[in-house]
Amino acid sequence: MPAGLFRALLTVAGAVVAILVAIGISSVAIVAAGANPGDALAAFFNFGETDRSFANGLAQMFNRAVPLFLAGLAVAVGFRMNLFNIGVEGQYRIAAVCAAYVGSTFVAPAPIQITVIIVVAAAVGGLYALIPAVMKVTRGVNEVISTIMLNYIAINLAAFLVRGPFAGERAEGQLTTTTPVLPESAWFPNMNWLLEAMGLPAPRGGGMWGFLLVAVVIGVALWVVLERTKFGFDVKASGLNPSAAFASGIGPKRMVISAMVLSGAIAGLIGLPEILGDQHAFGTNFTPGLGYLGIAVALLGRNSPYGIAVAALLFAFLDRAQGPLQFADVPPSVITIMQGTIVLLVVVANEITSRVALRREERRAARQLGKVSA
Amino acid sequence: MNAETPAVQLEGITKRFPGVVANHDIRITVEPGTVHAIVGENGAGKSTLMKILYGMQKPDEGTITVNGREVAFRTPSDAIDAGIGMVHQHFMLADNFTVLENIVLGAEPRKAGVVLDTARARARINQLAESHGLRVDPDRLVEDLGVGDRQRVEILKVLYRGARILILDEPTAVLVPQEVDELFENLRELTAGGLTVIFISHKLDEVLSIADAITVIRRGTTVASVNPREVTARQLAELMVGSELPTPETRESTVTDTVALRVSHLGMESDGRALLDDVSFDIHKGEILGIAGVEGNGQSELIEAIMGLRPVSGHVLLAEQDISAWSTLKRRESGIGYIPEDRHRQGLLLEASLWENRVLGHQTRRPSRSGIWINRGAAKADTKRIVKAYDVRTPGVDTLALALSGGNQQKLIVGREMSGEPKFLIAAHPTRGVDVGAQAAIWDHLREARAAGLAVLLISADLDELIGLSDTLRVIYRGRLVAGLDPSDVTPERLGGYMTGAITGTGSSPESGTEET
Repeated sequence: MPAGLFRALLTVAGAVVAILVAIGISSVAIVAAGANPGDALAAFFNFGETDRSFANGLAQMFNRAVPLFLAGLAVAVGFRMNLFNIGVEGQYRIAAVCAAYVGSTFVAPAPIQITVIIVVAAAVGGLYALIPAVMKVTRGVNEVISTIMLNYIAINLAAFLVRGPFAGERAEGQLTTTTPVLPESAWFPNMNWLLEAMGLPAPRGGGMWGFLLVAVVIGVALWVVLERTKFGFDVKASGLNPSAAFASGIGPKRMVISAMVLSGAIAGLIGLPEILGDQHAFGTNFTPGLGYLGIAVALLGRNSPYGIAVAALLFAFLDRAQGPLQFADVPPSVITIMQGTIVLLVVVANEITSRVALRREERRAARQLGKVSA
Repeated sequence: MNAETPAVQLEGITKRFPGVVANHDIRITVEPGTVHAIVGENGAGKSTLMKILYGMQKPDEGTITVNGREVAFRTPSDAIDAGIGMVHQHFMLADNFTVLENIVLGAEPRKAGVVLDTARARARINQLAESHGLRVDPDRLVEDLGVGDRQRVEILKVLYRGARILILDEPTAVLVPQEVDELFENLRELTAGGLTVIFISHKLDEVLSIADAITVIRRGTTVASVNPREVTARQLAELMVGSELPTPETRESTVTDTVALRVSHLGMESDGRALLDDVSFDIHKGEILGIAGVEGNGQSELIEAIMGLRPVSGHVLLAEQDISAWSTLKRRESGIGYIPEDRHRQGLLLEASLWENRVLGHQTRRPSRSGIWINRGAAKADTKRIVKAYDVRTPGVDTLALALSGGNQQKLIVGREMSGEPKFLIAAHPTRGVDVGAQAAIWDHLREARAAGLAVLLISADLDELIGLSDTLRVIYRGRLVAGLDPSDVTPERLGGYMTGAITGTGSSPESGTEET
């Protein structure tokens, strides 16, 4: 069996075992909470009776997966270089509020309007990530600490902006404040056609967000950049062996800055699926916590775009069951327990499987060389 | 002493182990109160054998008998309990602790269960030191000690834990000749006191002068047990390699008049201490300039200065162009190759494939790059070329670097650094930890490149290598070039004198080149 295929199979097997064990552990928690694990498990697969509720569930899951995927990618770019960008949370919020505001200030044909919003979001996210990067390379400030601190600043700054300078008109009786509503040219077309092609009715609300396609393109592009370009090689080398990279002429400062900025730029896009596809504004009820979840998704996906896609879908699949779990009388915090145990166990499993794979590689080389010399 | 019961007896030890030569049917009998040398080239399986004897690895087959009792070690502490102690090649001492603290670390005598009983520890250490002639001051900080003293601390550490059988793994690798003599003096006193020493080495002269018995290991198995009084170094070498030993000698001079690299007045300081002090030299095309020195006297800093890894005062000129302000990348691109002193730290991405390691350091140059892309096809093809030309033993270019033995990793690095027609090469310990075959190949490649006009800065702890390969020799001591010597009439002993500062450059200023008298 080729080494690459073996490694991939081993990884998948490790992940499956980890998920099964996680289900076991969560079952204990469910029993402790006085509910039935069987009901809970059924709830995860309960997408409702009707075609419409099935379509809703599917759209809900993908709509959740897209931002998680982007968040995972953003974190993974840093992880590949052993940079812990905990600041994705702050980066995406500040980027989202700025992009939503800028997008509402002008009207242009849809492709231009949307492109401008995406560019603004990426630029703001990247610039905000530049702060901890510069602090690290000039003063040696640990990026974990600086990004966490900057998260608090970003979250409160975003809250201030949406209530103050960037606030739009508030309709009578509306409790939340938002940025001005985007012109229709900024509304990203939905992907309900896909569901319709499957013979399903259109889901309610914003439907299935079309930003999914942008996310896929970004995922593929990032894979190409990391795996095929010189920049990607520099990232890989810096992550695997910083001193060897340095001695080989890969400047660590430049790499820290570019990796952080790239990470922040991707982070900046996390809020766009929701803004462009559904809310059409950044409001005080904007989805929080995606940046922190991105850390878990990146860990689960082993920093590879494929893995992150799978991990994002898994998290989204679990999150979708919020409603059905409540109907089944199971506390929905079970989802958090499951996500937590899965991440922990998969990280453990990854460590084990990568060691097994490395050892196998050594043995294989030794065996083949033995044959040559024999 | 009981001559009947061997101190250690190994019978049919076999260890199957990936990546390196396994041990196969090892048979060794070590008499008590002797220095028993185990010799073999690098990679012959000496280290594996010692790890087995010290409980770090379990043999797949065979028995170990210590003082007539069969043992099965699971961990080093089992070995320590059986009276076996190991002095590692790389010292394992805490620099900011005193000698006393280092010795008792992990086996502290206590007062009232909590407080370190310094008086008792000191008494015990002094008694051990006196009875075995190991002079060290228990209250000095280890960081202030020289290499020889540190080694004595290591030995004391082992004795303190009650070892009667000492394993010394390549103990002379880090010592200069004078220190080696002192060590041998200590070893003789130890054996006179009834202790047994197992001495691992590949330096035959030393082995012949100290050992009471010698066992030769080749390709993982014991090939001969000989009496040092009955063999010559030559015979021993042939037993070790199975063929004639290569020599590092360069033939006729290829030195030209063109200066390839000039460094002038390099200076570097750290906390008020000069790491490099007014270092200047020229290397011509076709010349190998060897730098001799005890490790830690500024060699690493000199390399870092030339590679642009660390800021330095003074100037570095490559082909008459001042590159002092250039980045490492630009220096590499303009033709500086670098074989690093520690290949795992600076030379390789262990968890990446061979072809990716080929790209490392050449990521901006052809054939590794085309535009923004890494040219995988060309990089792989060129890696195949290196694998072939430099005889890198590997299943393929997609194999991870960590799967290769040290010698093959090093050959890959040499091949890589010779790629792209370098003008100047830094070779830091180019044959450290590689087997004799690879060593000869690496020497050949260096010689060929020199003949083709490459300028080489050779830094090595192997004095034979330095004297044999270099056209010009300089000695570095405390960051200064203290002597310029002619390799054709210098002995390792004299070189050692300069390296330790015992001989100061009489009649020879650092600038005066090779006119040493």
